[in-house]
Order: sequence, then C-alpha cells, then structure tokens
Amino acid sequence: MSDTLELFYLAFMQCLEALPITLMLTVVSVSIGFLIALPLSVIAQRKKGIAAKLTNGFVFFFTGTPLLVQLYIFYYGLPSLAPIGQLMQQPGWEFLKSGYLWVLFALTLNTAAYSTVIFSGAIKNMDRREIEVAMAYGMSRSQAMRSIILPSSLRRALPAYSNEVIMSLHATALASTVTIVEITGAASYFNSTYYEPFIAYAAAAVLYLILNTLLVLLFRLIEKRYLRHLAPQKVQTV
Amino acid sequence: MVDFDVIWQYLPRILDGALLTVALAILSVICAMVIGLGGAALRLARNPLLSGVGAFYSTVVRGVPDLIWMLMVYYSAQIGLNSLTAALGWDFYIEIDAFSAGVFTLSFIYGAYFTETFRAATMALPKGQIEAAYAYGLSSWQVLTRVTFPLMMRYAMPSVRNNWLTLTKSTALVSIIGLEDMTRVAQQAGSSTQYSFAFNLLSALLYLLITYVSLKVFSYFDKRYQRGVLVGAADE
Repeated sequence: MSDTLELFYLAFMQCLEALPITLMLTVVSVSIGFLIALPLSVIAQRKKGIAAKLTNGFVFFFTGTPLLVQLYIFYYGLPSLAPIGQLMQQPGWEFLKSGYLWVLFALTLNTAAYSTVIFSGAIKNMDRREIEVAMAYGMSRSQAMRSIILPSSLRRALPAYSNEVIMSLHATALASTVTIVEITGAASYFNSTYYEPFIAYAAAAVLYLILNTLLVLLFRLIEKRYLRHLAPQKVQTV
Repeated sequence: MVDFDVIWQYLPRILDGALLTVALAILSVICAMVIGLGGAALRLARNPLLSGVGAFYSTVVRGVPDLIWMLMVYYSAQIGLNSLTAALGWDFYIEIDAFSAGVFTLSFIYGAYFTETFRAATMALPKGQIEAAYAYGLSSWQVLTRVTFPLMMRYAMPSVRNNWLTLTKSTALVSIIGLEDMTRVAQQAGSSTQYSFAFNLLSALLYLLITYVSLKVFSYFDKRYQRGVLVGAADE
C-alpha cells in the first residue's frame, strides 16, 4: 500500500512539473480565442454578406470536427505543405518549426469557434428594449454595440463561457498526442517508465480535478462581481 | 499538387474507418444513455448516500479530460483483468480490443453527461402533470413509463443532441489506443504518403458530414417530440 502511495506521489510530482505547460497552453489559447471570438460574434449577427458566411463556415468547421483531427491538420498537415515547408527553411522563419506554434493554432481556433457560438447566442438573446433605449439616447449602431450590447451580452454569456474555458483546459490534454509534455504527457511518460497506468493517470486526473475546481471557484467570483444585478435581493422587512 | 490516385487508393480504408466511427458512436451513445438514466435516478434519490454517489460520479468524470479516462481505462483494465485471471489460476490471456475499450470508456464518460442531462430534464418537469397522472389512478410504474419518461425526454432532447455531437467527435480519441477508426487511418495514410494535410482534411470533412446528417435527423425528431408544444405566442 505504501508503495502505491509513494508511486502516486512520484507521479503527481511529475505531473506537477508539467503544469506550467498546461497552464500556458490554456491561457494563451483562451485569451487569443476570446479576442478572435468577440468580433466574429458581432459579424455572425449579419444576415448576409461574405464576412458572415465565412464566420459561419469557420464555426461549422471547428465545432463540427474533432479537435484531434484539427490538431493533426495543423501539426502534421500544414508543415507538410510545400510552401510552408519551404518557408520554414528560410532564415527568420525557423519559429515555424516549433510544435507549440501549431498546437496553439489548433487550440486557439477551436476555442474561438466555440466562444463565437456562445457570444453570438448571447447577443441574439439581447433584450430588444435595451437596444431601443440606446437608440433613443441617440447612440449609433456601433456605439450601442460597444457600450450596451456587448457588455450586457458578455455578462449573460459568463456561465456558458466558464464552461468553455474548462473545456479548453481539458482540450490541452490532446497536445500530449503530438509530443508536447504537459500534464497528460507527463503521466504517459511516467507510465512508460514504471508501467503503472492506473497510478500515472490517476495522478493526472487528480491534478486536473484540482485545476477544474479552482477554475470553477474563480468563475464563481467573477460571476458574483459581474452578475450582481441578477443575485437574489434581500427582502427588506419592516 | 496532390496525387488523387493516392487518395483514391486509401479511400476504401478511410470509409471503413468512418463506418467503425459511426458504429462506435451509436453503440456508446446507447450505453451512455442507459448509464445516464441510472445516474440521474441516483442523483435524484432521496437517500443522501445514493445521491452523493451519483453526484460524485458525474462531477469527477466531467472534471477530467476524456483522454485521461481513455488511457487509464485501456491500459489499467488490461492489467487488471490479467492479474484477475492469474489470481483465479486460469492460464489464459484476455486481450481487451480497442473497440470494446472505446465503447466502455465513452459510455462511462458520456454516462456522466447524460446523468446531468436527464437530471435537469426531470427537474424541469411540471409537477402538476405527475400529480394529474396519479390522480387518474396510475401506478407509480405507469407514471414513470407513460408520463415522466416521455415528458422528460422532450425536455432532454436539445441536450441529448449536444451530447451526441460531442460524443461522435470524442470517438476520434479511440484512435490513440489503436483502433483503426477514421482518424487513425487518415493520419497513417497521411504520414506514409506525405499528404498529411489532404488526408486529415478528408477525415475532417467526413466528420462534418456525420455532424450534418445528425443535425438533420435530430431536427426530424425535434419536430416529432415537440409536437403539441406551443412556444411563445406563435400560432401556426
């Protein structure tokens, strides 16, 4: 029994060492994904036009295919194309050889697509009257979008978005399939040394559960701050 | 740029892989829904121990990436079964194939998602309907099978669709534990022919096709199950 515990501790420590990579992948993909999703969710409101069509196509592709396949396309596929392969050989473009770049591309575009769905849904469900009030105040369409529609929609999107952030954290586990040693990769490495799959992956699972809980708590704080107007009010008794 | 003859050569194998993907997804979703019904029953139980077990299952499973479960179950179950047969003194070696391991793990994971789906749907049921059913003298089994379950499925439909779409995409993970599904065949074809981009894009397009067809099928069922439901002030 104590052997098992010791091995578990060892595995957990190895996973912990890989934690910064998981965090880096999550933070970078989620923040760039957020910045991409914001304009896309506004464009997705348009009924016609090439931009709206492209946005819908982007969302359909990245939400309709497995992340693993997207990862393969970016990690193995793109660099195997002749123009990109040649570009990699040029001085100043060596950074294209980094696996992290392609993994981040896939993770970022994936979460950007899912976030676009969430944000554009929230914008669509915007209370008509709020927009009318903005117009009555003489705001232009883009002014109303910036100072009324987006702030209100993003707040309402928070619960769904927090879920998406957690999914993005889980998605980084797939990076281990293309040689990146983040938490899951570290667990697999431990397994290949000690041949203790259950202990190795249980350690990783515990670490993910801890991260998961921390994220949930963090978003609960954020929701408390930004959704304060939705909290049940204290009834004043006379 | 791309030699289409090469793609043509691999196409039958990729389509075989696609069939395997669909079979895996359908089998897993059926098992996952059964597990989900059980899980929801546990979570909704009045006994705190039972509801605690249900809550623990759905929280822990959904809190850990699918890939971890996949690797853990596949590798550990193999070792576990063999040490079990060894302990029992049987001298044969059981080998878990990737397909069964995939079905087992996907059902186990998505059972947790369906637990939440069915729990939320059951809690959304109007109490009056069930009270009315009892008032008509139906037994509790009759209420469950004729009123609660069909009504609950109606509320659960949008979420069932989402879980199905996520599950079909998760089947790609089974390629990591060695099943020759669409993802794996395409990736292998890509790496042995240097047309990695084209082959992986092809498998992505086939997944899109699966997604598209499922959406069509679900919108048919939506119409069926939502029959008689009036939403908003619309009158048709």
